[in-house]
Amino acid sequence: MSLLTNLPLLLAQQRDNSFWMPPPASTSAGAVDDAFYLIYYISLFFFLLIVALMLVFVVLYRRRPGIEQKKAPAHSTALEVTWTIIPLLVVIYIFYSGFTGYLEMRTVPRDAYEIQVTARQYNWTFTYPNGYESPNLHMPAGEPVMLLMKSEDVIHSLWVPDFRVKMDLVPGHYTRTWFEAPEPGVHDLVCTEYCGTGHSAMLATVVVQPPSEFRAWLADAAKFAEGASPAERGQLLFRNQGCASCHSVDEARSAKVGPPLWGVFGETHQFTDGGSAVVDENYLRESILNPNAKIREGYRAQMNSYQGLLDDQQVMDLIQYIKALRPGGMEEAKAAAAAEKAGAEDEANGDADTGDANADQTGADGSESTQADAEQTSNGQTGTGGDAGTGSSDRPDNDASSSGDAQPDS
Amino acid sequence: MTSTTYTATSSGPAASGDNYLTHTRGIASWIFTLDHKRIGVMYLIAIMASLGLGGAFAGLLRTELIEPGETIMSADMYNQMFTLHGAVMIFLFIIPGIPAALGNFILPIMLGAKDVAFPRLNLASFYLWCFGALFFVLVLATGGLDTGWTLYTPFSTSTTTQVTWAATGAFILGFSSIFTGINFIATVHTMRPPGMTWHRMPLFIWALYATAIIQVLATPVLGITLLLLAVERVFHIGFFDPTIGGDPILFQHFFWFYSHPAVYIMILPAMGIISETISVFSRKHIFGYTFIAYSSVAIAIFGFLVWGHHMFTSGQSVVASMIFSALTFSVSIPSAIKVFNWLATMYRGSIWLATPMIYALMFIFLFGIGGLTGLFLGALAANVHLHDTYFVVSHFHYVMFGGTLIAFLAGLHYWWPKMFGRMYSEFWARLSALLVFIGFNVTFFPQFVLGTRGMPRRYYDYEGLLARNPQFKLDHQLSTIGTYLLIVAFVIMLIYLLHSLVAGRRAPANPWGGATLEWQCSSPPPHDNFPSAPLVGDPYDFSKLTYDAQTEGYRIDAVRAQTEAPHPDA
Repeated sequence: MSLLTNLPLLLAQQRDNSFWMPPPASTSAGAVDDAFYLIYYISLFFFLLIVALMLVFVVLYRRRPGIEQKKAPAHSTALEVTWTIIPLLVVIYIFYSGFTGYLEMRTVPRDAYEIQVTARQYNWTFTYPNGYESPNLHMPAGEPVMLLMKSEDVIHSLWVPDFRVKMDLVPGHYTRTWFEAPEPGVHDLVCTEYCGTGHSAMLATVVVQPPSEFRAWLADAAKFAEGASPAERGQLLFRNQGCASCHSVDEARSAKVGPPLWGVFGETHQFTDGGSAVVDENYLRESILNPNAKIREGYRAQMNSYQGLLDDQQVMDLIQYIKALRPGGMEEAKAAAAAEKAGAEDEANGDADTGDANADQTGADGSESTQADAEQTSNGQTGTGGDAGTGSSDRPDNDASSSGDAQPDS
Repeated sequence: MTSTTYTATSSGPAASGDNYLTHTRGIASWIFTLDHKRIGVMYLIAIMASLGLGGAFAGLLRTELIEPGETIMSADMYNQMFTLHGAVMIFLFIIPGIPAALGNFILPIMLGAKDVAFPRLNLASFYLWCFGALFFVLVLATGGLDTGWTLYTPFSTSTTTQVTWAATGAFILGFSSIFTGINFIATVHTMRPPGMTWHRMPLFIWALYATAIIQVLATPVLGITLLLLAVERVFHIGFFDPTIGGDPILFQHFFWFYSHPAVYIMILPAMGIISETISVFSRKHIFGYTFIAYSSVAIAIFGFLVWGHHMFTSGQSVVASMIFSALTFSVSIPSAIKVFNWLATMYRGSIWLATPMIYALMFIFLFGIGGLTGLFLGALAANVHLHDTYFVVSHFHYVMFGGTLIAFLAGLHYWWPKMFGRMYSEFWARLSALLVFIGFNVTFFPQFVLGTRGMPRRYYDYEGLLARNPQFKLDHQLSTIGTYLLIVAFVIMLIYLLHSLVAGRRAPANPWGGATLEWQCSSPPPHDNFPSAPLVGDPYDFSKLTYDAQTEGYRIDAVRAQTEAPHPDA
């Protein structure tokens, strides 16, 4: 029995610098890799055996004129039983190896740090216990983390290859997974259940930090929302609610699936039904809650409605953000909020202006968020065509207006 | 030399005279035919066209992936390409494939019968295939399909592409499959000739029989699932939509309850062909006949019990996952038994590397990899990492393409002379086979590595992954180049096969020296297959056959035959 129990340890030496697997970065990866390499070496053995026999037989027993083939039996119960029993024992061991690892991966440690995950077409939101929402997964090293997950629309699946962890996110009920990353590092997090146009753009980063650094990051990040202007709150929402995957906000007005939003406030837009309108607050509100009521010329009806997913304040914040998408717009908003805050602090404390410290904080996080934004949305979708969103009945507005005539390009 | 008990083995233009192709003429005599051979030929043309269409979609989507970012199409178009590639290949080519095109033609003749039990039902099967295919054409013409062939809800209940039409088409195709299954079961039960007990039946028939059982029992579940999907889309009942009380995972259970047995519909007939060809081209009795026969039945039965292994990461309970994993390994054993038996057949055989044998050996190699990689996916811990990645894509292409399609090609090249009375060019056939083998491995082996290293499946673009995985680009490029090689191989195949029809050497009744009954009638067979019921012996006893250099084929040596009286079995 000792050989059998030591076999996985022998295989464990294969882990690093391997051809097949990325470097393991979680405590679960060991069990997965052990199962993988166990099966790999068994398979390699049998495959080479089968191919070798095949080639040897083809050469040794090739048909040659005048050579009489020797007699050989057409059955042998002993042989049949042998090559049934041995594979059976082998697969039983393989099953056992796979099962034990899996059981551990699906048993969440009692003290795991809980992070909520929401998946939507086409981004991720990781919500921390203090309410902060991030598009990337920051986590402490050396502590078990549990993800409580759901989807807002279709089935997605969260996979961190370096951790060997994967679990689907399903609308209508919660799934969970857990892992512990011993070392700090940065890893890919991908959606691995096909979910539509932006499936391959639905990427995030796992940032494993030393626990103290993680807690500092979390405290900092949460403060960002305090005293932030509506436009800055809107910027956060824009990033977290998936808007950025279809709408660009840069001055260059990059082309994506949906219309670029830089400088739109005050413009006159033409629609596919021939009408037009000036972009004001009401138009923006309608575009968020009933997006297919008016379709801009050159675009298709494919945006999901956010009715029921955003409250009135959040809609207003987004509108303020979009209004601020003009030269100097965000700076003005931040300065106004900082001044407000400083003024309020002055009144409370009678002290001098401390607005600069506030601005520094928001700047630090702002750059992280735009980088994450860029990472996330660098695969800007330029295709047009059918998209999900007409069947879910928590978006009733969409049913009537999103008709089935969204055609893919040929 | 003729005898009263054996039909004349005729060959050559003078002797061929009337056969099933020339028996009646005109397009109506084909459209309304009840002849299983003509139906088989029509099916062959239809499924080969489907293979071409599915292959075209594959070529296009692989071209998109040769470079990161947009190459030749948008994300939406790409999603359509992989969906249609899967749907066309699975529903129009591979599931009907061997049973409809080769089985229809060969099964009755192998049984010494004049036709299947229900010739009209047979024609109805073909009409249903055409009708179902028409719906797929409709889907292509009116907005396509972008759900993946697996149609997972709620994406498939909410997308604006033509899911309802596609579901209807697949529903109709399901009945084509069911009718074929019913026909084969009835034929095998009631139309075996005197002397052909169950244990004297060729293994191809055992394989088709086990397949027919699955077709009849599993396909209705798909039908109902597709119906529920269509009803959900149209009437919003709430079977699968969570916002109105439904469960999206329920769809997965229903879908895979059929679609897992479906893969055994794909592979069992293929294995039957391999049993035939390995035996004939080793000129040796198949080793372990009984074990091979019953392993087909075992695979059919166990295949119904493992569907949950597609759902280990769906949130399915640990207990359910455990049970499905354990049962999944049980299916691997009968398949392994077959491979060992085939090798044992070759031991001390007299091996002829004609094209059918080359494909049969290729099957052992490629299906070996495909089957073994199934072990990785059946093991729970490994599955968590590998599910929904390119590893799965590679696994199922190794078993479906490297397995079923390669076996289909083995069967096609084995029975081509029988079906059409012509020999193809052995040189071009071998060249094409070599290109298929190389092209296949260059296409799909890198995909195993893509999967284990972190590449999800159904990805339009991998730009975002290149920062930490720069080697993904090379893997994809290799995969695409392999695809082009495969296309070249198949074009060559099409050419030499078509060329053989007009200019190939006329085939003798028994070019390969097979001992099953289809080699006792002329090539091509006459309309009625046999003027009188042929006498049945052991389908793998080659001792009675001698090579006749004049016809370049084999014939039954009457002297040898008469010294061994056939064994009257109960």
